[in-house]
Amino acid sequence: MVSLFATLADVVKPKSFAGLLGAAPSVALASLGLAILTQGRNYAALESRSMSIGAVAFFFYSSSCMRILAKTRLGATYVTVCILVLWFSCSLGIWFLLLR
Amino acid sequence: MTVHLDFSALTKTKRSEYAVRFLFGGAVTMIAGLLAEHFGPVLGGLFLAFPAIFPASATLVEKHEKQKKEKAGMNGVKRGRQAAALDARGAAMGCLGLICFAIVVWKALPVWNALLVLALATAAWLGVATVVWNIRRRC
Repeated sequence: MVSLFATLADVVKPKSFAGLLGAAPSVALASLGLAILTQGRNYAALESRSMSIGAVAFFFYSSSCMRILAKTRLGATYVTVCILVLWFSCSLGIWFLLLR
Repeated sequence: MTVHLDFSALTKTKRSEYAVRFLFGGAVTMIAGLLAEHFGPVLGGLFLAFPAIFPASATLVEKHEKQKKEKAGMNGVKRGRQAAALDARGAAMGCLGLICFAIVVWKALPVWNALLVLALATAAWLGVATVVWNIRRRC
């Protein structure tokens, strides 16, 4: 599933549209499929509720990557890996406030 | 510009680059499953929206754009960075679709057929992301 979306992102043009596939639900489809089969639908639905928070954090993460890449001379690998800290703090922060 | 498929782009990506994304995506799927098993679905679910393949994709976009410009005798460093920033902008728009995907699964999965819900949620992700991309393109 992950490879399918990654391949699709390579062949889709223009590049701005291909970028949408960077936030494709590839991991979610694979994980939810497994969770439904092994733990049931209610368990997977609970995972999805938390996933919505992870997706909000992903939005802040990718927006920050965009701004930093556009305004600084830092490389994509450095920026996208270092800013993962923002995804962790954002998702765990919102999770702590709303779902814990 | 209309959305289309360019299969010649497949030749520019090395097998090792696909392997990295496959392994990283597989590892994140496994970690999400293990975390859900250990800490429960409420915490483990966060990792279903972990930026699993985005860092590798943005790095590849930057590298390919840089190589393309350097082949044409230009300095591709800045252009590569701009292309990666454009990729990140697309991912941010895709995230709005990803939020809708998660909400559809959360609300519909307990009552509807699982396969139908996953198909509907994927359609919601693509639909919302495409609409946002279209609006952003026109503004």
